Amino acid sequence: MRSRRLWVWMSVAVILLGAGVATAGTLSDVRAKGFVQVGVNGQLAGFGIPDEKGEWKGLDVDTGRAIAAAVFGDAKKIKFVPLTAVQRFTALQSGEIDVLCRNATWTLSRDTALGLSFVQVNYYDGQGFMVPKKLNIKSAKQLDGATVCVLPGTTTEQNVADYFRTHNMKMKPVVIENNTELNKAFFSGRCDCLTSDASQLAGARSVAPNPQDYIILPEIISKEPLAPAVRHGDDQWKDIVNFSVLAMIEAEELGITSKNVDEMLKSTNPSVQRFLGVVPGNGKDLGVDEKFAYNIVKQVGNYGEVFERNVGAKTPLALERGLNALWTHGGLMYAPPFK
Amino acid sequence: MHSDISSSPSGAPERVSSFWDDPAKRSLVYQLITLMVVGFIGYYLFSNTIKNLHRQSIATGFHFLGKEASFEIGESLIGYSAASSYARALCVGILNTLKVAFIGTALTLFLGTLIGVARLSTNWLVSRLAAVYIEIFQDVPVLLQLFFWYAVFNDSLPAPRQALHPIPGVFLSNRGLVFGVLAHNPVYVYMGGAFLTACAGVYCLRWWAGKRQDKTGKTFPLLRSGAGILLGLPLFVWLCGGAPIAMNVPHLAGFNFSGGVTVSPEFTALLLGLVLYTAAFVAEIVRSGIQAVSKGQKEAAMSLGLKPWQTLNLVILPQSLRIIIPPVTSQMLNLTKNSSLAVAIGFPDFVSVVNTTINQTGQAIEGVAMIMTVYLVFSLLTSAFMNWYNGKIALVER
Repeated sequence: MRSRRLWVWMSVAVILLGAGVATAGTLSDVRAKGFVQVGVNGQLAGFGIPDEKGEWKGLDVDTGRAIAAAVFGDAKKIKFVPLTAVQRFTALQSGEIDVLCRNATWTLSRDTALGLSFVQVNYYDGQGFMVPKKLNIKSAKQLDGATVCVLPGTTTEQNVADYFRTHNMKMKPVVIENNTELNKAFFSGRCDCLTSDASQLAGARSVAPNPQDYIILPEIISKEPLAPAVRHGDDQWKDIVNFSVLAMIEAEELGITSKNVDEMLKSTNPSVQRFLGVVPGNGKDLGVDEKFAYNIVKQVGNYGEVFERNVGAKTPLALERGLNALWTHGGLMYAPPFK
Repeated sequence: MHSDISSSPSGAPERVSSFWDDPAKRSLVYQLITLMVVGFIGYYLFSNTIKNLHRQSIATGFHFLGKEASFEIGESLIGYSAASSYARALCVGILNTLKVAFIGTALTLFLGTLIGVARLSTNWLVSRLAAVYIEIFQDVPVLLQLFFWYAVFNDSLPAPRQALHPIPGVFLSNRGLVFGVLAHNPVYVYMGGAFLTACAGVYCLRWWAGKRQDKTGKTFPLLRSGAGILLGLPLFVWLCGGAPIAMNVPHLAGFNFSGGVTVSPEFTALLLGLVLYTAAFVAEIVRSGIQAVSKGQKEAAMSLGLKPWQTLNLVILPQSLRIIIPPVTSQMLNLTKNSSLAVAIGFPDFVSVVNTTINQTGQAIEGVAMIMTVYLVFSLLTSAFMNWYNGKIALVER
């Protein structure tokens, strides 16, 4: 924890000392470095966590890879920086990372007072509660007087306070900064319930000692649009990050997958031709290679593939597409035309 | 002629370099230059920060202090709810840090002295046990110790419904130690007043006994009479007030206990970790302080016929305290500063509250500045007090 604090201090020092030259353009800085530096969670199964071989896995991690594929044509030109909820925005503000893909909720104050810009949402989430089955609780409204384990520095902390106030209930928070330590406290019985975004609860449960002993209550108490974020004021970089995410969604809608993308190059559909850069134009407008969308789909996959691979039905998280289905399937995932 | 020759070589350079030859003036110039450099660096940092913050459109200033905090805090010494302001939330954090620092310092001094004296014991077992304690707790990083104690509490203690119940009114579970306290009654306030009066009385008695001993050489059983006054007066008031014994006993209600007083596992783990760690250092300081007093002092005192406790109290301790106080001061400061490790195990200390505040308002500079200021003030106050005490007990040479 001391190193962590040191790290926040360093970020502050960067803001104090850093000369105002970073605005020259994140894209050219990234190109000069030769890799994209992406802030990720590091402890959240399904979104950002290294596997047993040390390889990074997760929805947010793959979003970062899509950006690297768009900028360099190589999804491997990327460095991941694991960040806690408390560190993440300072890291982005101070220029330690180029883009933040760390299940961060897009809110008004973060988009304004924090000096950030959020792009296309890569996961529509909502806050829920997980409780041990043996407590016999069916609804969050029965939680009056409960001890609640919660991460600091998140919208979660505020949402849960709001929810308990609205329903005239009392709570006792236990606030621990480290995700793993927090989950450990909950699973050892320190708290009656763990509150977080529903996807995170599923992630935490998937690595619990006895996953079947816990249930997630039906109430979703907030809207949590999780989106990548960049520094405010660099529109070109924001566009690239934004359309990297959108390209994965558009690819799914056009039926392009990492398996069939090479065949699709021969497609006669003008939308597909423009999307994959067979008919040039999009890449030049965005300031990246014409093949950027091809590279994203080829190396990372479309949104559906990324979703199923990391958090879908066959993974321990077993999340439904729900709000994250394409708009054509009743979800919210909708990309503007690529032309 | 002769004098002319001798005076002109010495006189001429004197006029040129008279300013530089005066060390006081010269140092004044150096100080001015240093001040200007420091001032310039300060100005540069400040203006550059403001510019950078402005460029990144990050809000600045302390206006957020008056806004509603809208987050809950687990334990608080003053009334607090999510509807309170950020300023109040920060006060809760400061008080929690002070709570740990005060109780921690007191326990550390007690335990450290005990183990330091035990380390010097002629009893082989006692001395070795103290040595083992010191080596273990001094060598393991304090953060690991905190994690260890926290895990011990969480994993070994039962849930509230199966709470351990060693004596009536006391429950031990993974929600902490809950025990009954006396229900509020005005008599207790009067008892507090009686205790303060007793303290003043004992102080006067001690002064009188000292005078009398100086004059007549007769000693006065101060310890026994003092204890009698300190206990007797409040007890008398309590009896006069009708001897109220109504208790506020905790009982299981819903998820947790209500009523009584709760000592949370976070607080206990933090306190235990900090005290055990720092006490090991204090023990070594106490040992070295006592050993630093020459053996002859002890032998001389014994040969004067002083009893062992008198030897320790009147001869050894006054001399060793002078050696002990300054390093112990720095250990006390260490304990206060290390209490910020509380964020790791979820105790809502000042740093933890500021962390949440920074994240909700995005104002890291202001937050970090507040952390720095608060810890600086704590440390300066502690060190001012200890310096005063050190000056008081320092050897007065006649």
